Amino acid sequence: MTGFTKGSLVRVKSHFPPSPPAHCRTPFYIRGCVGKIERICGAFENPEELAFGRLGGDKKVLYRVRFSQSDIWPDYEGAKNDQIDIELYEFWLETLEEERK
Amino acid sequence: MTTEPHDHEPMHEYDPHHHHPHRDDQDDTMTYYRIMESAVRELLIEKRLINADQIRDQIEKMDARIPANGAKIVARAWSDMDFKNRLINDPKSAVAELGHDIGPLNLIVLENTDSVHNVVVCTLCSCYPRWILGLPPDWYKSREYRSRVVREPRKVLEEFGTLIDDQREVRVHDSTADMRYLVLPKRPEGTDELSEEDLVSLIGRDALIGVVEVKAP
Amino acid sequence: MKRDFTARGNHDMGGLEAGTIDKNEHDYALWEKRVDAMMMLLSNELSILTVDQLRKGIEALPPDAYDNMTYYERWMASITNTLLETGVITTEELGSKMREIKPDFFSSMESR
Repeated sequence: MTGFTKGSLVRVKSHFPPSPPAHCRTPFYIRGCVGKIERICGAFENPEELAFGRLGGDKKVLYRVRFSQSDIWPDYEGAKNDQIDIELYEFWLETLEEERK
Repeated sequence: MTTEPHDHEPMHEYDPHHHHPHRDDQDDTMTYYRIMESAVRELLIEKRLINADQIRDQIEKMDARIPANGAKIVARAWSDMDFKNRLINDPKSAVAELGHDIGPLNLIVLENTDSVHNVVVCTLCSCYPRWILGLPPDWYKSREYRSRVVREPRKVLEEFGTLIDDQREVRVHDSTADMRYLVLPKRPEGTDELSEEDLVSLIGRDALIGVVEVKAP
Repeated sequence: MKRDFTARGNHDMGGLEAGTIDKNEHDYALWEKRVDAMMMLLSNELSILTVDQLRKGIEALPPDAYDNMTYYERWMASITNTLLETGVITTEELGSKMREIKPDFFSSMESR
């Protein structure tokens, strides 16, 4: 899988692992939502592995993804143009084309 | 084994012949986890993994990290457009110019503008730019803030006395992974005559998190 | 028996309903700063623990931990758990040391 580019539309995966006993940094509220890549933050060690004390693994690309609040919360009461930016690891994201496969 | 309070530095080096509870918190109730903290610390010292000086040093370093550090960075950015650009484009280098080594932090500076007001949270725990601002306030780590600010940010801002016009976007940042955030608040009207030093005193910690805006004096 | 397989950790609270934010702040007690300092040393200096292990340990605490334990109590529980799991300290050492530090805390439990 090649990396995402700024502006690409991506969907946050809804998959397990259940946390706990696993550890992940993809909040429950954003799973299944569609957003746009806001920036590439860089590559970092995978927190899901670091949580078990396993250092020195392959680095994973971290993105910031921007979502429209009204796309996340059906009853969102703020302004229409309110947004939220969230840091998400590459393996939690898929392009919309991939999803259709 | 004595349980009296003692008159010397309670953080002295471990001495196997000198046992006593460490009671330096002025509180007679040593709760379970406070006993655990003492026990684990003593064991780690016994095993020569850490020593008391290192603990003291870390505490001193953390005590020196205060919101005023962030305020100075913002005041400089308000006063110097080139610095502001450097701050936004390469935050780590820019804050190093002011003498701050932010260690392992990956910093993103969020500029508030006429069209966007930024606010920061860590819904999953309490990630915070500690290396600049020091330790976060209790409310930042609370269930109430973490649950609500992503879902109803404008209501939360209102609780802090902040009203953002509907024409201005409220943008929330959930600090979920390796990045840490500092809000660069809007400079209030009527402050053109103020020196950088005067500007610093206007800028509080809560404006750097984004729950309030900076008010003119 | 109610069976609920939602994969949402107790810590993962973004978007849940909650009450008014209490803006009162407490000064950090010295023991809390020591917990923080200990964690900095164990992770940044010694690489014995990762901050991710700290978080995972907190996430594994029972649901009422968020309401019935203070922030640094949760940290301490997590740090201790990880140190035990990885064998940096043993349960026997920990138990003996805790009893040594405050013997009457434990003897009052025993005299029931």
